[in-house]
Amino acid sequence: MGKQPEIDTSLEIFDEVKTTTCYMCACRCGIRVHLKDGKLKYIEGNPGHPVNKGVLCAKGAAGLMNHFSPARLRKPLLRVGERGAGEFKEISWDEALELAAGWLSEVRRSDPSKLAFFTGRDQSQSLTSWWASQFGTPNYAAHGGFCSVNMAVGGLYSIGGSFWEFGEPDWARTRYLLMFGVAEDHNSNPIKGHLGRLKGRKGTKFVSVNPVRTGYSAIADEWIGIRPGSDGLFILAIIHELLRADKIDFEFLGEFTNCAWLVIQNPGKADDGLFLRDRKGNPQIYDGKQKKITAPGPDRRPELLGKRKVRGKTVVPVFELLAGRYLDEKYSPETVAAETGVPADQIKRIAAEIAHVAFDEPIELDTGWTDVWGKKHRKTRGRAVSIHAMRGISAHSNGFQTCRALHLLQMLIGTIDVPGGWLYKPPFPKQVPPGPKPAGHEVKPGKPLGGPPLGFVHEPADLLVDENGKPKRIDKAYSWENPLSAHGMMHMVLHNAWKGDPYPVEVLFMYMANMGWNSSMNIGGADKYLTDKKADGSYKIPRIIYSDAFYSETVAYADLVLPDTTYLERWDCISLLDRPISGHDGPADAIRQPVVAPDRDVRPFQDVILDLGARLGLPGMIDDGGRPKFPGGYKDYIVGHERTPGIGPLAGWRGDGDSFGTGAPNPGQLEKYIENGCYWKHTFSADQQFYRHSNAKYLEYAKSMGWVENTDPITLQVYSEPLQKFRLAAEGHGPHQPPDRLRARIKAAFDPLPIWYPPLEGEAISVKDYPLHAITQRPMHMYHSWGSGNAWLRQITNHNRLYINPATATKLGIGDDDWVWVISCHGRVKGQVRLMSGTNPETVWTWNAIGRRKGAMGLSEDAPEATKSFLLNHIISELLPGKKSRLSNSDPVTGQAAWYDLRVRVEKCKAGEEGVTEPLFSALAKWSKPLKLLRFGKELKR
Amino acid sequence: MTCLPENPSGKKLGLVTDLDICVGCHACAVQCKEWNTNGISGPLSDTDPYGADPSGVWFNRVHTYEIEDQEDGTSRTVHFPKSCLHCDDAPCVTVCPTGASYKRAEDGIVLVNPDTCIGCKLCSWACPYGAREYDQAEGVMKKCTMCVDRIYNENLSEEARIPVCVSTCPAGARHFGDLGDPTTDISKLVAERNGFDLMPGMGTAPVNKYLPPRSGAARTKALGAPRMLSIDQPPKKKAGRLTSWIDQVLSGGKV
Repeated sequence: MGKQPEIDTSLEIFDEVKTTTCYMCACRCGIRVHLKDGKLKYIEGNPGHPVNKGVLCAKGAAGLMNHFSPARLRKPLLRVGERGAGEFKEISWDEALELAAGWLSEVRRSDPSKLAFFTGRDQSQSLTSWWASQFGTPNYAAHGGFCSVNMAVGGLYSIGGSFWEFGEPDWARTRYLLMFGVAEDHNSNPIKGHLGRLKGRKGTKFVSVNPVRTGYSAIADEWIGIRPGSDGLFILAIIHELLRADKIDFEFLGEFTNCAWLVIQNPGKADDGLFLRDRKGNPQIYDGKQKKITAPGPDRRPELLGKRKVRGKTVVPVFELLAGRYLDEKYSPETVAAETGVPADQIKRIAAEIAHVAFDEPIELDTGWTDVWGKKHRKTRGRAVSIHAMRGISAHSNGFQTCRALHLLQMLIGTIDVPGGWLYKPPFPKQVPPGPKPAGHEVKPGKPLGGPPLGFVHEPADLLVDENGKPKRIDKAYSWENPLSAHGMMHMVLHNAWKGDPYPVEVLFMYMANMGWNSSMNIGGADKYLTDKKADGSYKIPRIIYSDAFYSETVAYADLVLPDTTYLERWDCISLLDRPISGHDGPADAIRQPVVAPDRDVRPFQDVILDLGARLGLPGMIDDGGRPKFPGGYKDYIVGHERTPGIGPLAGWRGDGDSFGTGAPNPGQLEKYIENGCYWKHTFSADQQFYRHSNAKYLEYAKSMGWVENTDPITLQVYSEPLQKFRLAAEGHGPHQPPDRLRARIKAAFDPLPIWYPPLEGEAISVKDYPLHAITQRPMHMYHSWGSGNAWLRQITNHNRLYINPATATKLGIGDDDWVWVISCHGRVKGQVRLMSGTNPETVWTWNAIGRRKGAMGLSEDAPEATKSFLLNHIISELLPGKKSRLSNSDPVTGQAAWYDLRVRVEKCKAGEEGVTEPLFSALAKWSKPLKLLRFGKELKR
Repeated sequence: MTCLPENPSGKKLGLVTDLDICVGCHACAVQCKEWNTNGISGPLSDTDPYGADPSGVWFNRVHTYEIEDQEDGTSRTVHFPKSCLHCDDAPCVTVCPTGASYKRAEDGIVLVNPDTCIGCKLCSWACPYGAREYDQAEGVMKKCTMCVDRIYNENLSEEARIPVCVSTCPAGARHFGDLGDPTTDISKLVAERNGFDLMPGMGTAPVNKYLPPRSGAARTKALGAPRMLSIDQPPKKKAGRLTSWIDQVLSGGKV
C-alpha cells in the first residue's frame, strides 16, 4: 500500500557542542553537551575522556531533566515561617550575603568553632576544607564519614592506597576478580565496561560476594550471598586455608611488607607489641644472610619466622604472629560457615581458585623496573588475582578491620601493584600511615586553624581532645570514641549541636547535604534537632544556612538559603588535591565549564564562599589591600590559588603552558583544558606502572609532583603499629589515655592485626527480637536522592519495595505485595514486599533514598515517592542502643556510620494499614505547580 | 493491511544484546529517550512527569527477571533490555490499516509515518513483544527507529553514526550491524555465542538477537583449579618454612 515515505535522516539537531564533566553522581565522566540556538538539548559521553571513554549511564543521560527540574531554586530565600515548614520570602544576594557575613563574622570574632560547616557529596572539598581552615573552625567535613571512610582509612593505614579513587584492579590482565559489597554507583561506568570485557575473556572468573544479587552481582560467574557484616570472617577463613597449604608469596612479604619486622613481646609493659627499633628509629629484621638483626635494606634475606631474644627482650616477626593467629581453628571454613552463611566447601574452593591463579599461573611482563635499593628487575612479575570492595564492607561497625583483612589477603598472595593484581591510582601510594595530622588543637578567635581540619591520627597525642578527654570537634571525630575518623562524622552533627555536646554551635552551614532527610540517620530525630527550641523560644541550633540547587527537604529547615547553580552552569575542578580521577597508568584531573549561563538569580556555591571569605577578610581570600583576591570567583581561584608554591588545584598546563604537575599559575590554563575536552591526563612510562611502593623511577616522579615527601620505600603494613599504640593507651600506658568507659572497646577494636567481631548493633540488642539484617542497595539509575525529582529517572523507579527471600517470607506468613512493618529497636517503617530469591535468607533489603517528604523536589503530594516509598533511615539510630553514655552508631576505629548494622523484624500489616507508608511527615509548602505534560525537544519539531 | 517490502535488499540492520553482561543500568533506555525526544520522532511526551503516575514514551525499556540457575539452583537475575526487534515478518506492519507502519526495503528498519498514523493502536495489539509506544499528546504510535536519524546523519562524525543505545552502553552489551549478511562481525558474534530469537514460535522472524548468559559453572571449570587446596601433601621442595613451622608447632617441637 503506497510508497515508502521519504524521510530526512540528516536532521541538524544541534549547532554547538561543549565539553564538561558530569555531576549526576560521583563518577565524574566526561560529557559532550549539545546546544541549539544556545539552548541545552542533548548530553552524551565524551569518547576521549579517560574515565568513561564515551559511554554514559542513565543518570548522566538524564542530566537535563535535573537542570530543568521545577524544583530548582530561583533566588536567595529568608525563612518567614517555622523551621521545617518551607515558608520563605525571596531576598537579594546582597541582603543574603550581608546577613550570612554578619552571622559568621560574629562567630569568628568570638569562637570560630561555633561554626559547623558540613558539605555533602561535594566535589570541591579542597576549596571547602581550605575555607574552613582559613575561617578557623575545626568543625568541617564532607560526607565521607557516613559513606566509605572505613575503606579509605583501612587502606591508607595498610597499603597506602585504597579502592575506587585510590586504586583499581588491573582490569586488562586480571584473571580472578573478587568483588565485595560494591555500591553500584561508584566508579560505575568504568566498572561496567571492565566487567563486560572481563567476562568475554576465557580462563577468567568474576566472583561477587554480596547479600543481594542485583547489578554487578547479577552477572557474576559465582554469587556468594553472604550474611551482612560477616565478610571479615569469610576473608580470614580464606587466609586460613592459604596458610595451611603454604600458598603464600613469601618473597613479596619479606621484601615489600613489614612481615619480617620484629615485634616486642612484653605483655603488660609499655613497649608490648611495638616494633623493635634501632637508635635511629629504624624497625629491625633478622637477616638470614648476615645472620643478625638489622634494619631492612638491600641484600637481606628477611626471616619471617623465629622467636628471638634481643637486649633482654623477646621479639618475633610479624608473620609468625599472623600465622599463629589465622591458623587457629577459629578461622577454619568449618567454623565460620554458620556465621557467614557460606558453606565450608565453597570457602575452600574459592581459596583453591585464588591460589591456583596466583601461584600456578603467575604472569610476567617483559618490561623491567628498578627498585629503591637499586636492584634491576628484568621482568615485572605479577599474580592475576584482584579485589574490589566498597560500601558493603564499609558501612558496618567492623568495616575497618574487615577492610584490613582484605588488604592482608592481597599482601599474602603478593597482588598489590603487580600485573594482574590491584593497582594504585596516583597520587597514591602514600606513606603509611599518611599525613598530615588533623589541625584543630587550638582554635583562636579571628585566626585560621593552622592546617587542614581533616587529617590522619598516628598516635593518641594526635587526638583532638582536651586534657580531660573531652572532644574538641562538634562531631567528636578524632576523639577516644572514634580516634581515626579521618573524614569526620557528619551523621553526629545535628544530634550533638542540638544537645550542646560537647558544646553548642551558633551557625550550622551546610552545602548539598540533605541532612533533613536521607543524609541523616533517624529522620524523626533530625527533624527534632533542627526545630527544637530553648525555653526562651529561640532555636537550639540558632542559625542555619544552607546551599542547594533544588527545593530539598533540608531547604525547609534553613533560616537562609543560598541557591546554587546546576553543574551545567559553573566552573569546577576535579583536583588531584581532592578526589582524583586518575587511572592506574597515570594522573588525571578535569574541569567543569559553564555550558549555559543561569537563567535565574542563582550563584555557584564556590563563588559564594569565596565572596563570603572576602567579606570576612579570611586570609588567602583578600589581597594586601583587603580587596577580594579572586574577584572572578571560583574560576580565578582554580587558576590562581597555590596550595604550596607551584602546586594548585589543576596539574595540567601550568607555568607557560608546557609544564604540568608543578609550575606557576597559568592565566591561560582553563582554555587549554577546554581545548583538550576539559580534562588533563599524563601516562606513566611502562617501568613506572608497577611495584610503585618500591619503584625508584616512580617514587622520584611522585616526589617531583609533590605526592610523596621523599623517595623512601613505602613498606606495606600488615601489622599496624599506630593501632597498637592506641591499645597500649587503653591498657594504661602513656600520658594520653582513654576514659575508663572506653578502655575495653579500644583494646578490642584496635588490634594491630585484622580481626573480626560481630557488628555492634546486634551485640547491643536481643537478636532474637530482631532476627533479620536490613540493608540498602543503590539502583544504578539513581544516585542517592538526586534522581527522584528527575522526570525521566522517576519513571524507572518512583517507589521502593522491601525485598525478602521467599523461604524467609513463607516462614513469616508474608506473601508478594503484602504491606509490612519493618521494626528495629529504634522504630518502625511501613512498606510493600517483593519476594526475591537472590537475597540472603537472613536479610531484607530495599533501594536507597527513593522516598521523599511530601512536597519536596517539586513533586506532587500524591507522588509515590511520598506515599509508598520508605527510607530505612527512619529506623536507624545515630546512637548505639543503650540507656546511658550512648556512643555513635559507628565503627569504633574510624567513626564510619554503620548503616548496614541494622537489625529488624518484619511483621505483616494489620488489615486497613496497607497502601500508604509510615512515618509520614507533614507536607512542605508547595514549591511549584506540577507540570502536567512534558514534551522536551518540541521546539525542534519542524 | 500494509505489505512488507516486495524486494528487500537483504540488508537487515539490527541490534544484538548480550544478556551475559547487561547489568540493568538503564543507560540505553535513558540515552535513547534523550536522543529520540530531539530526533525524527520527537518529542517523546511524558504525562504527569512530577505527579502520582508519571508515564512517557520510551523506545527502549529494561526489564528485570529472576530465574533459577539451571546448573546449581541458585537465583539468577537477568536484565533484559527490550525495544522493537524490526521483524522480517512484522505483524505490526501488515496489520496497519493506513500504511503508516512500514518496513524499509533498503535496510529492514521498521518505522511509523506520523502523517498517516491514525493512532488506532492495532499495531501495538499485533506486536507480541509490546514494543510499540503510543504518544498520548500527539495521538500517534511511535517506536524504535534504529536511530535512523543518526546512522545516516551526515552532520555527525562517521564514528557517531550508530544507535545511541549501542554507543552509550557502559558494559558494551549492545552491538549494531547488518544481520542479513553472515560475514559481518555482528552475525559472527551471534553464531559464536548461540544468539537467539525472542519468542521464535510467534513466526515474526525478529532481526534483533539476544546472546544468552554464559555458564558460571563452565567458567569455573575452565579455570582448572582444584576443588580445595591440598593441605596434607605440600610439594616437598617448596614446602618451606611455613609448613615445617606448622609441623613443629603442632608436634610440640621447638621453633
